[in-house]
Amino acid sequence: MSYLAITDLQKHYDDYHALRGINLAIEEGEFIVFVGPSGCGKSTLLRTIAGLETSSSGAIELDGKDITELASSKRDLAMVFQSYALYPHMTVADNLSFALRLAKAPDAEIKEKVQAVSKSLQLDALLERKPKELSGGQRQRVAIGRAIVRQPKVFLFDEPLSNLDAALRVQMRLELARLHKKLGTTMIYVTHDQVEAMTLADRVVILNAGQIEQVGTPLELYRQPNSRFVAEFIGTPKMNLIPLDQAVKQDSAVELTLLGKSIAFPTSRLTGDLSNQTIMGIRPEHMHLVDHAADLTGKVELVEHLGSEAYAHILLSSGQTIIVKASARIDLADGQQVHIQLEVDEMILLNDQDRVISASTEGE
Amino acid sequence: MKRSITRLLMAPSVILLLIWMIVPLSMTIYFSTIRYNLLYPGQNNFVGWMNFEFFLTDPGFFPAVANTLILLASVLIITVVLGVLLSALIDRPFWGQGIVRVLLISPFFIMPTVNALIWKNMMMNPVYGIFAWISESLGFEPIDWLSSFPLASIIIMVSWQWLPFAILVFVTALQSQDTEQKEAAQMDGATGWHIFRYLTLPHLARPITVVVMIETIFLLAIFAEIFVSTGGGPGYDSTNLAYLIYNQALLQYDVGVASAGGLFAVLLANIVAFFLIRAVGKNLTV
Repeated sequence: MSYLAITDLQKHYDDYHALRGINLAIEEGEFIVFVGPSGCGKSTLLRTIAGLETSSSGAIELDGKDITELASSKRDLAMVFQSYALYPHMTVADNLSFALRLAKAPDAEIKEKVQAVSKSLQLDALLERKPKELSGGQRQRVAIGRAIVRQPKVFLFDEPLSNLDAALRVQMRLELARLHKKLGTTMIYVTHDQVEAMTLADRVVILNAGQIEQVGTPLELYRQPNSRFVAEFIGTPKMNLIPLDQAVKQDSAVELTLLGKSIAFPTSRLTGDLSNQTIMGIRPEHMHLVDHAADLTGKVELVEHLGSEAYAHILLSSGQTIIVKASARIDLADGQQVHIQLEVDEMILLNDQDRVISASTEGE
Repeated sequence: MKRSITRLLMAPSVILLLIWMIVPLSMTIYFSTIRYNLLYPGQNNFVGWMNFEFFLTDPGFFPAVANTLILLASVLIITVVLGVLLSALIDRPFWGQGIVRVLLISPFFIMPTVNALIWKNMMMNPVYGIFAWISESLGFEPIDWLSSFPLASIIIMVSWQWLPFAILVFVTALQSQDTEQKEAAQMDGATGWHIFRYLTLPHLARPITVVVMIETIFLLAIFAEIFVSTGGGPGYDSTNLAYLIYNQALLQYDVGVASAGGLFAVLLANIVAFFLIRAVGKNLTV
């Protein structure tokens, strides 16, 4: 039995089906990230776990106890909100101790816990200040401190870093990762930023239109997506999806025909049936610009230099533009003809139902 | 250069406002120092503090001051306490919320005279008022509100008139309260009462200050309700300062004494304002 088990959770608003049968098992101490586009239901799922929304049907179990109908105050969860939701009329110290004071903990214990938390989050000097006298990063730390001080069973984070500027976000991301290592408490984190998801998570839950699209470690999702949605959602720039002219299954290999060239794909990696229209997926870093004639040929449309690397946008003869990662020092003229070599080992195949029908090489 | 042009352009309105204030005030001060009785025209000689002496030693003076303060305090307490409670109650969505809000706000649109007439004739009348009917149907003697409890009757009328104002301000303020803060408190184990006590009340501190200040200005000068219903009586039981001044000026035709009373009312308003601002004004800086 897992620590937090969600079974067939449904959520209907008046005429909107927000959660469509969520099943999820989370182990104790895991860092789980819910990620997905706006309106996919990730926040609703988190708020339902928190008890701030009631589920229409289904069950949530925490530590062997059914908490589906329990008031959020009794669930022993702590949440960090996007707006931080600090109590504006209380000092930092009062904000941190609010839950303990409501629980009528002894004064000495409250003082000790507040001190320990404020020390670990470097809030000692700010204890007497009001929230509006704090910077964004400090407010964020108070909000996290307020959750830690209660020592809950699970931490819930609702897009906690989205109000911070880019530099601070990177720093807080590291602090959160460090915090999770130190406390070892189960954490559930909602974000729409796939970089946060990839860097923080033990396991990522990708949601789409109220359903779980795929669950897995960040690398699993990156290398072996289940569907077109996951393939496109994870990774920046996006994975290139190129429709094949033809895919024919033969004894040892699948022969893929792409703009007049043919590529051999090992049959052993095929996990599903080929459909009429097969699509090939390949990430920008698994394609290489070469001098000799290779798998693909195209014209340079635009080159984006990022300093450490460059992304070349290349127009194929089919009219499709693909993105190829190139070295930072590449010198390409617009309109120049280039040849592209593909890493067949890293390719995936999708059928016309947008499902992935190949396994990654690791799985062999 | 730029500043002087600014001042020049502002001058007309500033001067107009100054005249608007200075002229009536100095006329009142002037009238309060001369004999000015409409029954004895032409005998307008200087009398010094005499008018003040007459006003302060009037048998109605102390009851009027006491009634003014009791009326002010009672209505402030009733409207703020009930206003906060009702606003918090109707802040949660429920069926018919819109209509309930409109009904709660609507007494504010009724003019004070009509308000007093409604209460006097439809509610508190000992023969055909609704209160009398309720008493009788429960087997009690009907109460003649206006003669038995004149000041309490006025307080009820004025509270009914001003409660909507408080609700209007508080409901608006509650709508700006952050829902995530309430949810955070909920997760911290706070009950509805805790949220009200530790989040909603502090959030309402400033609106409460505003309501108290504005209501004080109007409640010190309550007149129409008294004039229409009790006429200040019986005796001086429901006479406040405004009504006493009216009594001096237009029933006894003594403009001099009325002016002295008016100046005393200005003084009283300033004293009340001083203490109120000290007591609640610190909320404005939070």
